[in-house]
Amino acid sequence: MVITPNRNIEKHMNRQRPLAVTLAKRRRAITILGVVSIAAAAYFFTFSGRSLAQETSSCVVCHSSLADGRLSEPVKAFEHDIHRSKGLSCNDCHGGNPAKNDKAGAKDRMWGYIGKPTAQQLPAFCGKCHSDASLMKNFNPTLRVDQAQEYFTSEHGRRLKAGDQNVATCVSCHGVHGIRAPDDPLSWVYPLNVAETCGKCHGDAQRMSGYGIAHDQYDKYKSSVHANALYEKHDLSAPTCNDCHGNHGALPPGVTAVANVCGQCHTRQAELFQKGPHKEPFDKLRRGDCLKCHSNHDVMPPTDQMAGVGQGSVCTSCHNNDAGFAVAKRIGKGLEDLNAKVDDANDILGRAERAGMEVSRPKFELHDSVGALTQARVLTHTSSADEVEKALVPAMEVATKSYDAGESAFSELSYRRKGLALSLVFILFLALLVYLKIRQIEREPEPVES
Amino acid sequence: MTKTDALFLWLDERLGIKSLAEMAQKKEVPRHRHSIWYYFGGMTLFLFAVQVVTGILLLLYYRPSSEGAFESVQFIITEVQFGWLIRSVHSWSANLLIAALFIHMFSVYFMSAYRAPREITWVSGVLLLFICIAFGFSGYLLPWNKLAFFATKVGTEITGVIPLVGPPMLRFLRGSDEVTGATLTRFFGFHVAVLPAAATVLIFIHVLLVQMHGMSVPPGIDAAKLKKMKFVPNFALRDLIGWILAVGVLAALAAIFPWELGEKADAFASAPAGIKPEWYFLFMFQTLKYIPAKVLSIDGEILGILGFGLGGLFWILVPFINKTPGHGTRKWVFNIIGIFIVLFIVVMTIVGYLA
Repeated sequence: MVITPNRNIEKHMNRQRPLAVTLAKRRRAITILGVVSIAAAAYFFTFSGRSLAQETSSCVVCHSSLADGRLSEPVKAFEHDIHRSKGLSCNDCHGGNPAKNDKAGAKDRMWGYIGKPTAQQLPAFCGKCHSDASLMKNFNPTLRVDQAQEYFTSEHGRRLKAGDQNVATCVSCHGVHGIRAPDDPLSWVYPLNVAETCGKCHGDAQRMSGYGIAHDQYDKYKSSVHANALYEKHDLSAPTCNDCHGNHGALPPGVTAVANVCGQCHTRQAELFQKGPHKEPFDKLRRGDCLKCHSNHDVMPPTDQMAGVGQGSVCTSCHNNDAGFAVAKRIGKGLEDLNAKVDDANDILGRAERAGMEVSRPKFELHDSVGALTQARVLTHTSSADEVEKALVPAMEVATKSYDAGESAFSELSYRRKGLALSLVFILFLALLVYLKIRQIEREPEPVES
Repeated sequence: MTKTDALFLWLDERLGIKSLAEMAQKKEVPRHRHSIWYYFGGMTLFLFAVQVVTGILLLLYYRPSSEGAFESVQFIITEVQFGWLIRSVHSWSANLLIAALFIHMFSVYFMSAYRAPREITWVSGVLLLFICIAFGFSGYLLPWNKLAFFATKVGTEITGVIPLVGPPMLRFLRGSDEVTGATLTRFFGFHVAVLPAAATVLIFIHVLLVQMHGMSVPPGIDAAKLKKMKFVPNFALRDLIGWILAVGVLAALAAIFPWELGEKADAFASAPAGIKPEWYFLFMFQTLKYIPAKVLSIDGEILGILGFGLGGLFWILVPFINKTPGHGTRKWVFNIIGIFIVLFIVVMTIVGYLA
């Protein structure tokens, strides 16, 4: 039998090093560990417990002591900036050498000093990091990196490229030095603050006059159903400017694209409208799909009257004594009738419940009618009375049944009260008879004496 | 001999009803200015009988499970002929029963009717009060509505704070750590089997003892000089008038103020605001609210429950503590204690309602 040497032992033997080499390696490891520890301690000392003013950066030291507010304010504002919380300092954006205490040394162009970027430079200035996917992954892997690219597709970006210095750039919406994360309620781009941020420029009549566009969008928006949901109901998912116009690629939607924009949320309505008879003529007439009936910035809560032919109708602005008018009349009447029936049923069931009757089942069933009414309202976007009636007819049957249950509850109540009155007469009569019997008994023989 | 006489004779030979009839004929009730309170015992018994009859009728349709309880009660009050009446009468009668029981008990207390030889009558009566309260507590959960669900949750939680026995008692009552369908089934069992059995035995003892010892005459009234009325038919007919009128009141309450069913219980829903127990628990509930969280490092709630426990024990033992109720300072001390208890219950109940 041939004995083969153990390969692992052999390998291990080969790894044996002289003692001096091993000690030198250990010393090196200890030195590296020491340096890393000191560096880590220095990092935590610098960034975790101290304010910017205490930093050794010469940018901070000089700018915080400057009398000119324009130059010292950025230091204060940067205290709460998201970039600072991620460990960045002045020179990470503006370049220069913060280790130098003299102005020339600190603002040395050799150290990449940029200073204050111009509006034209800004997209690239911010994009230096924000367009770098591998760099941004270190801070926020979910953050998009196409903002600068998208910006140049926006009206703002296009105009900036064409040399317009007045258009919005990154800092116009996000702020400078005091930039906060979009989900920070103090951020200029937090949902509750977006309209105001856009309104700073778009509500400025003088500024907008040069572009020939309206400046009442912000005021109109504030009166809209969307603003009501956002500000009054605190529904942060309610649309504000950027939800329809985009943010970095902000652009007014084209006439034919409006339904797509609204359809992001109102999916079913947009789908029905696209298939409906109004899509084509609206496109031809450049009516802007949804806008024709609902308006844009000042979208009001939709009413059933909008679909009819009476007051508040939007159909009659185009249709007058034609086939469309007849359809609108039918739809309007159907909605009105169901609405009235649901209201009546709710009213009678509410009264019956307050009178102590058990009507929870018809009340529950009535929810189906209310649901169908909502469905019918959505179906008005088909502009087909037949389609709308498919939802209205069964809902009407349920509402009528619920209303009838309310009426039965009242007849039952009346029956109970009559029954009670009759029973009470009988009961009192019976009590009286017993009383008379007692009197009769007690009149004849005297009560037993003790 | 008529057919009736023959039947009577036949029954008498087998059941000895002649002696019973003679006993009833001989039974007399003293007449004095406090005689009115004698009627409340009979009224309580009548309302208990109403509970038994309406309860059995409800049993025909009721389903004791978390899936079916609410729906079955809903079915009873909407679909079953006169189901609404039976259910409302059962609920209203339960409340009137507790009220009549309280009146009966305090009248007995203030007239010192618990004194020898009626100590056992008093003890059985107080135990019946506890049983009726347990009836109320268990029955309240049975419709499985939101209010009942959370009231039971709070009520059983109070049991859980008692040191040592609390946690196992809580699990015994609930059938699990939370109020679930198991609690409902368990409460149903207590309500229709355990409690009725206990109540039947105690009522039998209580009524038998009342018959044995007769009506107590309050101390200070000379029983020898009193006029008396025959129990049958004079007193019994007067009782009957009260019962007939009680039926009228129950019918009126059921027709004018039908007992609400509310919404079905949902363990995941939030508790309704301002949740309160039934009125007869309200004084205890309100008192527990006023006790500070910690009293001399003892948990306030535990102290409160301990207080009520000792109060209940004192109440049972009253005849053994106050052996000569009719005389001297002792009479006044116990009268003041009684007045204090009544005022405490009334004030705390009103405060509980207004809070």
